[in-house]
Amino acid sequence: MKHKSFFWFVLPSSIAMLLFIFFPILSVLLQSVFTEHEQVIKEVRNCGPFGCQTTTSIDQEATAALREAEPLGRFVGLGVYFDRGHLALSEVSQLWRESAGLGAFFDRLLNLPFYKAIAFTLTYTFVVTPLTIVLGFVIAVAVNSAARAIRGPLIFVSLLPFIITPLVGSLVLFWMLDARGIIGSAMQVLADDPDLSVKASTPLMWTMLMVYGVWHSAPFAFIVYYAGLQTVNQDTLEAAMVDGASRWERIRYVVIPHLLPITTFIALIQLMDNFRVFEPIVSFSAQAHATSLSWAIYNDLSGETRQLSSAAATSFLTIIGVAILLSPVIVRTYRDFTRK
Amino acid sequence: MSFMKTTALASVLAVTGTAVLADCPVTEGRLSIVGNEFPAIQSVAALAQECMGEGTEASANLTADHQKINVAGMSGNPAEYTSAIIANSSIVALINEDVIRPLDDLIAEYGQDIPDLQKITIDGQVMAIAFMANAQTLVYRADVLEQIGVDVPETYEEVLEAAEMIREQGIMENPLGGAYAAGWNLAEEFVNMYIGHGGQFYEAGTPQVAINNEAGVKTLEMLKALSEYMNPDYLTHDSNATSAEWEAGNVALMNMWGSRSGVLMDEEGSEPQVYENTKVAPPLTVDGGDIPASTLWWDGWTVAKNISDEDAAATFQALAHATSPALLNDKTMGEAVWLIDGYEPAPVNEGVLAATRMGTQPYPMLPYQGLLHTALGDNIADYLQGNETAEQALSDIEAAYTAAAQEKGFLN
Amino acid sequence: MASKAFRKPLPLQALLIFFLVVWVVMAAFPFLWTVWGSFKVEGDFFSKADWANAIFGTRTRAETGDLFTGQGYYGAWVQEEFWRAALNTLIVCAATVMISLTFGTLGAYALSRSTYRYAFWFLIIALIFRAMPPITLVSGYLPVFFDWNLWGHLPTAIIVLVAINQPFTLWMLHSFFNNIPKDLDESAMVDGCTRFQAFRHVIVPVMWPGVITTALFSFLLAYNDFAITALVLSKENQTMVPKIASFLGTTQTKGNVMFAVAAVVSVTAPLFVMIMFFQRQIVSGLTAGAVKG
Repeated sequence: MKHKSFFWFVLPSSIAMLLFIFFPILSVLLQSVFTEHEQVIKEVRNCGPFGCQTTTSIDQEATAALREAEPLGRFVGLGVYFDRGHLALSEVSQLWRESAGLGAFFDRLLNLPFYKAIAFTLTYTFVVTPLTIVLGFVIAVAVNSAARAIRGPLIFVSLLPFIITPLVGSLVLFWMLDARGIIGSAMQVLADDPDLSVKASTPLMWTMLMVYGVWHSAPFAFIVYYAGLQTVNQDTLEAAMVDGASRWERIRYVVIPHLLPITTFIALIQLMDNFRVFEPIVSFSAQAHATSLSWAIYNDLSGETRQLSSAAATSFLTIIGVAILLSPVIVRTYRDFTRK
Repeated sequence: MSFMKTTALASVLAVTGTAVLADCPVTEGRLSIVGNEFPAIQSVAALAQECMGEGTEASANLTADHQKINVAGMSGNPAEYTSAIIANSSIVALINEDVIRPLDDLIAEYGQDIPDLQKITIDGQVMAIAFMANAQTLVYRADVLEQIGVDVPETYEEVLEAAEMIREQGIMENPLGGAYAAGWNLAEEFVNMYIGHGGQFYEAGTPQVAINNEAGVKTLEMLKALSEYMNPDYLTHDSNATSAEWEAGNVALMNMWGSRSGVLMDEEGSEPQVYENTKVAPPLTVDGGDIPASTLWWDGWTVAKNISDEDAAATFQALAHATSPALLNDKTMGEAVWLIDGYEPAPVNEGVLAATRMGTQPYPMLPYQGLLHTALGDNIADYLQGNETAEQALSDIEAAYTAAAQEKGFLN
Repeated sequence: MASKAFRKPLPLQALLIFFLVVWVVMAAFPFLWTVWGSFKVEGDFFSKADWANAIFGTRTRAETGDLFTGQGYYGAWVQEEFWRAALNTLIVCAATVMISLTFGTLGAYALSRSTYRYAFWFLIIALIFRAMPPITLVSGYLPVFFDWNLWGHLPTAIIVLVAINQPFTLWMLHSFFNNIPKDLDESAMVDGCTRFQAFRHVIVPVMWPGVITTALFSFLLAYNDFAITALVLSKENQTMVPKIASFLGTTQTKGNVMFAVAAVVSVTAPLFVMIMFFQRQIVSGLTAGAVKG
């Protein structure tokens, strides 16, 4: 394709992404290397319906002068990236020097917010992604083997976990999993432990978040695989049968290679989405037990005083994380592309 | 932070003012409100919009996400919003960003009737007009306390004793409740309890945090002692879930928002035995202190800085009218503890009124308190779950706060 | 399908059916529970006292005198005028889907036909763009939107959703166009068509299956979005999900959870119709190779 026609074809899409993704990313990058000015604090006397108090406030006049001088704020370089809320370089090296052994080191490392978040984020990503792919595949095979007449409703039902607004979907599940909810009660009976409570224990909470993650995104993998199964070449399958290939061999040498590109696509999207896990942590009020990078951004932005630089730095660390995570898939795509 | 010199609220509430209505309808200018969404604020916003006459613009954007958009929406010139309705914790963000204007000139011109009680004065300038109050106080089940034969607790120590008796006598397994969900709610409980222990959050007059002390440790220990009597899921229970536990009859004593007590006493959601015996009491004290382990909150309105004088005057008049006695009628009377002349409190509001009488401190209105609140919310759960010592948790909080305060320019 | 290659031995067939039943229960149970519960009062829906109350409607009977109540539906649709939000969502979704697919098909077609290396990097950069958490992006938009008076309007939300949706749309459609043989449009160009005419007359007629599949995902993204619509739209332009969130209450005040439940249940019905209608296309779309890499 000629450069010129390529340009015109991708123009609308590029403008949209440039305006609403690229420029904001640049401003986020700036935000992460600049922090707010030194705030000049003065003592003030405040009065209100509950009486008077001496407290402090920002001296707006003095701060305004600072703002004028440097409209972007103080340049701190990678300072925010390395502070305690993020990579915590000095804290980590101090821990390294002080800790008795590796175990103690990791134990205390997980006390730092970034490492605590990344521990759950990575566990979640690497558990949920493969399970989603496997579950989606099995559902696709099962639906594909069902009678034609009921496939439509089956597809709809299978898509339900993906369709219901997570806001309410997780609210319902949250109640169900409560110690007195229907699933919670059932688990107590099954485990023969009347005090069992999912929400009170960190390992169970992690498990529940991951089960929810698989449940919620399996429909995506399912629909993609289901479609892929429709295109498996019948002739090749029959030929393989004639050659005496067993059922397993046919799946191994015909079906799976056919579905491999699809798997790459699902893995790409799922790795990225799972790395950005956020909604279930908020909906299940799970932050005492599990935090993630995206949750950390949300937490920075939703306090009474919003920490924009901190959120910006975490966002960039997320992008870097995604890039590392996807690099094998990207390399594969590159090979495919150059072969074209 | 120092002390409260006067607590005029309770006495003034009884006095009826000389109410002269603001000039309605306003004939020129623009009113655009951003604020939280609950019935009391909706009533205020609706009345303010009614006050805007023909040829004027009036709109209100009431949403739970108001804090995420109010600063951005007031920073432009002219600002999208001419007024933000905020609370004492959230006005700080607007003052920090310098997006709201002092109201003294407008008061002189249009607002002589506004009682001093409603004026929020910062450094000698009126920055907001408060119209309602809230606080967390004790809610108890009269029948359960009668059964175990104790009086209504006045201190947290008595609460612990009562809880032990209720559990021992097999009346309830987890007799205590509380919004202890990790995050904002849990941090709020810490702030309450720490104030009750007489603690100071910062070194006097500076943003330097100072909570890793005896009061801090005692506060955490008390929170943990209370949590032993709560549903094991307490770290996921926000005020919605806590209220649901109450209505299910699983809880006999809890510290709850005054604004949420009313719905616990109505017939919806619970058995007669629960709602008929739900009673409200003053906030609790702790560790022999006099100051209740609770904080007072107000909601009030502000006027944006980056708007024309005409719009500011219109906004001021409309909102002054909307928070004058003209607001109060049979429907609105029960929506909140109004700070407005002519308000007649219902029994359910006794808790909040008692809180003001007892000299409960307002939630600290400091530029950096929000950062400490976030740090508290993120780090207390580790201690409550037994993952680390109280001292470690407190030093984590201090470190997290310090990193955030450095980033925001409060500390170097 | 009667092919011998697809006939499964009985135990395997039984296993699959068993699995399917388990999955259907897992997928549908929470939803069916929600449907059932939407006709109860809150005390039963979140029955903290005893989960069996949710089934027998103990509180519903005590409070309304009946086993079922339509209070949630009445509250959401009549009292809170949920239809306004539903209408806004319809506008946002329809516009988002149409614009993203127009932009997406053009871009993805070019990406699939270009052999230059920059096309690859274009795709990779789009992928990296997708990694940016939307909440961070939104906090960057707000000051600009307020300054330029763009905040609060439906078109603003639509174009933001389109932009955020582009990377996914491009990737999915790109793989789909890869599977449409190049000979088709190239022979048209040999016959004297311009590139755009070839696209318009040769590719467009055969691309629908893939486009419809991509449309489903675009639609669901716009439909379920909360992060953007909650912060960018004003009250009168509010869409469904933020409206549902506003039913849930705040720290200091109780909400109307049953309104939210009823609202969610009632908007699932049109989705059911939509999926039934499009399910054949969805599958054939993917079949035609939307995701074959």
